[in-house]
Amino acid sequence: MISALDRYHPPNMSEPAIQADHLARRFGRRWALADVSLVVPRGTVLMVAGHNGSGKSTLFRVLASVLRPDHGVARVAGFDVVTQRADVRREIALLSHYTYLYESLTARENLHVAADHLGIKRDIVMSLLDRVALSSRADDVVSTFSAGMRKRLSFARVFLQNPSVVLLDEPYGQLDPEGFALVDDVVRELRSKQVTVLMATHQIERGASLADQQLILAAGRVQK
Amino acid sequence: MIAALRKELLLQWRSRAQFFSVFIFGATALLLFSFGVGPNSEVLRQFSAGFLWLGLLLSSTLTLAESFHAEMENRALEGLLILPADPRALYYGKTLANWIQLTLLGSALVPVMVILYDAGTTRLLSLLAIIALGSAGLAAPGTLYAAMTSQVRAKQTLLPLLLFPLIVPALLASVKATSLVILGDPMQTLRSWISLLAAFDAIYWSLCGLLYPRVLED
Repeated sequence: MISALDRYHPPNMSEPAIQADHLARRFGRRWALADVSLVVPRGTVLMVAGHNGSGKSTLFRVLASVLRPDHGVARVAGFDVVTQRADVRREIALLSHYTYLYESLTARENLHVAADHLGIKRDIVMSLLDRVALSSRADDVVSTFSAGMRKRLSFARVFLQNPSVVLLDEPYGQLDPEGFALVDDVVRELRSKQVTVLMATHQIERGASLADQQLILAAGRVQK
Repeated sequence: MIAALRKELLLQWRSRAQFFSVFIFGATALLLFSFGVGPNSEVLRQFSAGFLWLGLLLSSTLTLAESFHAEMENRALEGLLILPADPRALYYGKTLANWIQLTLLGSALVPVMVILYDAGTTRLLSLLAIIALGSAGLAAPGTLYAAMTSQVRAKQTLLPLLLFPLIVPALLASVKATSLVILGDPMQTLRSWISLLAAFDAIYWSLCGLLYPRVLED
C-alpha cells in the first residue's frame, strides 16, 4: 500500500517559495491572523517582526501545515498547506517556540529519534551536537537542560532535515551571545545554499542585517 | 514503524517506575474486589477472571493516558508529524508498545489473582495467550482514544468514558476465555471465544489505524 508520504510530488521551482493570500486563523472568537498576504521568492530571507500576539507564530504554524487556516490559501514550495501537507512538510523545517523534545531522553537520543523517522543515518548526530556546542552534554537527559540548551538542541534537530524553506520562530530567544552568532551563521549559510528563510524575531536590528525583506505584523494583519 | 516502536520502548523504559505504580494500583484493585465478595473462596474463584480483567482495564487507562504525556509535554508528537513521520507508523509503534506493556501488566497480575482468589491453573500458557489477545483489544482503541483525549483537561475522566463501551465485546470474550482456562472447559468452547477475541482485535487494529491520522491532524 502506498502511504500519503510516499506520493511525493517534486516542487515546482518556478513558483515562489511561499505565497499566501488573505490567510486568517482564529482561536475561539479571537482572530490571531486576520488577513495576511505575502510572497517570498526562493532563496531569500524574510524577517517577520511584530509585538507579542501579533500573529507571527500562528503564521508560521499555518505555513508549516500544523494549523489549518480558517480563511485564505497558502502554498509553500508550490504545495498547498491544507491539501498537500505531506509534501509541504518534506520541504520545510520549523524551529518553533515548542522545543519538540522528549524530556526523558538524552540530547543524543532525541536526535536519534528524529533521524530514525527521517530515514537518516545516526552517524551525523554527534557532529550536529558539536555544531550547537552540546557534544559534552550528549548523554544528559533534556530535563536537566537550560532553556538556551534546549533551543540549541532544537536547532540541531532542524539541521537534520534538508529543507528548501526554513521557518525560524524566535531563533534568538533564550540564547546567549554565542548562540546569537550561531543563529546568524546558520541563516547566512542557509541563504548561501538558496534556502528560503522566514525568521520571526524581536531582535529587529540583528534580523534586518540578515534579511532581504521585512514584514511587520500587527493584530494579525500586515502593517508594512 | 520500527523507528516509532523503538522510540516508544525507550520512553517506556525511562518511565519504568510508572509501570510499578500501575501494577500496585491493579493489585490493590484486585484486593478491593475480594473485599466486595467476602471470604467465600469458591465465589472468589468463580469471579476471578472478571476481577482480573477489571483490574487490568482500570490500570490500562492510566498506562494509555501516560503514553501520551511525553508526546504533549513539548509537543514532541507535532514535531514528529512535521518531519514528516507517517501518522500510521506512529500509531502502530505506540499501540505495539502499549500492547507489550499491558500484556506484561496483565501477566504480572496473574500471581496476585492466584494468591487472592485461589484461582490457579495448569494451563498457564493458554492464560498468557488470552491476556496477550485481550490486551491487544485494549491497546488499539485505547491508544486512539488516549490520543483524542490527550489535549483536553478532563482526560482522566473522558478516556474511560469513551473506551469502556467500545471494548465491551473484547472484554467479555477475554473474561469468558480466562474463566474457561481457570475453571475448566467441559463444553470445549474455549477455541470459539479465542477466535471471537482475535476477530475483534483484527477489527480494532485495522479501524483504529485508519482513523488515527484524522485524530492527529483534524
